Amino acid sequence: MEQLPRPVPIVVTDMQGNVHEIEGADGWRAMEAIRDNGLPIKAECGGACACATCHVYVDPDWLSRLPARSEEEEERLGDAFEVEENSRLSCQILLTPELEGLKLTLAPGSEP
Amino acid sequence: MNALTSGLNVREPGEVHRTDVAVIGAGPVGLFAIFELGLLDLKCHLIDILDRPGGQCTELYPEKPIYDIPGLPVVTGQELTDRLLEQSRPFGAAYHLQQMAAGLERTPEGIWRVTTDLGTVVEAKVVVIAAGGGSFVPKKPPIPGIEAFEGSSVFYSVRRMDEFRGKRLLIAGGGDSALDWTLNLAPIASEIALVHHRDGFRAAPDSVNKMKALVAEDRLKLHIAKIKRLNGEGGQLSSVTLEAKDTGEFDVPCDRLLAFYGLTMKLGPIAEFGLNLHENLVPVDTEKFESSTPGLFAIGDINWYPGKLKLILSGFHEAALMAQAAKRIVHPDQRVIFQYTTSSTSLQKKLGVA
Repeated sequence: MEQLPRPVPIVVTDMQGNVHEIEGADGWRAMEAIRDNGLPIKAECGGACACATCHVYVDPDWLSRLPARSEEEEERLGDAFEVEENSRLSCQILLTPELEGLKLTLAPGSEP
Repeated sequence: MNALTSGLNVREPGEVHRTDVAVIGAGPVGLFAIFELGLLDLKCHLIDILDRPGGQCTELYPEKPIYDIPGLPVVTGQELTDRLLEQSRPFGAAYHLQQMAAGLERTPEGIWRVTTDLGTVVEAKVVVIAAGGGSFVPKKPPIPGIEAFEGSSVFYSVRRMDEFRGKRLLIAGGGDSALDWTLNLAPIASEIALVHHRDGFRAAPDSVNKMKALVAEDRLKLHIAKIKRLNGEGGQLSSVTLEAKDTGEFDVPCDRLLAFYGLTMKLGPIAEFGLNLHENLVPVDTEKFESSTPGLFAIGDINWYPGKLKLILSGFHEAALMAQAAKRIVHPDQRVIFQYTTSSTSLQKKLGVA
């Protein structure tokens, strides 16, 4: 029998400051988990790293536990605003069991 | 006319046209609608805000592989667009590009009139909205008070280069638009500076090299920094405050800011077309993909019905069923015979293969 992907709960703060504990899963993109849980995220290119409208800030405690930005993501962040050291495109964050509890905050430009 | 639209029937703006079907949006689904309508002898005109067909496929991910187009195990956004253009070529659709469908009204005779922001009018018995996520418009940086400078000192595109002649110009961005305009405007601006948030540029390497050569010759200032504030009065910019990681805030005196942060999709005037929008989508039936207004159809990502999946392949199916219904509206007296392209000589003649 095929195994269901392991749940990876994450914590997302929206742009109004409300904190949401949402369910992701191993192998999902953080953007997909945010979108699937009905939080407001534009993500207009659908995950192709082509638009920068899924911009998030990563909680500083979690930053070192994520793989570094790819060159493509680095370049695409040029289309985002208020880019900080902890800025990421959430479509480029692949959820794994190690990221259970990952804390993200929706950033400017991600609003639908 | 450019290489991207060569061979297409692209019309000059500002004229009045009459056709069978007006299609708003020239993305993959709008392009396939030409084909399905064409098989039923319906002529169409397409309106799109971009300067070439393809919509999101060519604007957002021309080089990205798509894996879920039936029969094409892998195809890029650009290749899919090229294939769809080839497939629809026998039907000679007219294109109205770099224009936004701005108004929709119905004449007393029951003809739809679609008006664009450049004054083009397309009159048709049927209107098909295939506008995806809406119109691509420039992203505006969330700098407080920027609206006061827009159109006088702050621009997101270049309509006439002369507007920048003799001006102190700051250009923001790291992509092709930012770099191309930096290179083009450097000779005519009195001073020119480029600001980008990192010392790495997405633009074509050749443009980046040319830009760096201008910096080396001291003809261009390059700031690796973020825009913090716009300074000036009465819509006239006097300087822009930047913030660099090491040196903190500093002012760059300038008269004009050109900001290139890519495009984003906005629904725009379609929201005012009386479509009973449901969360910015057009509710349609699943028999004809017609809206609550007879003669007004919506196909592709812009429509909504129970179970809707925003996939290109769903839009293709929707285009086929829409075309059958459009035929009955345009030619109510004609009997439509269901035919296959594999076996119908009549269809093959239309396609130019028999």
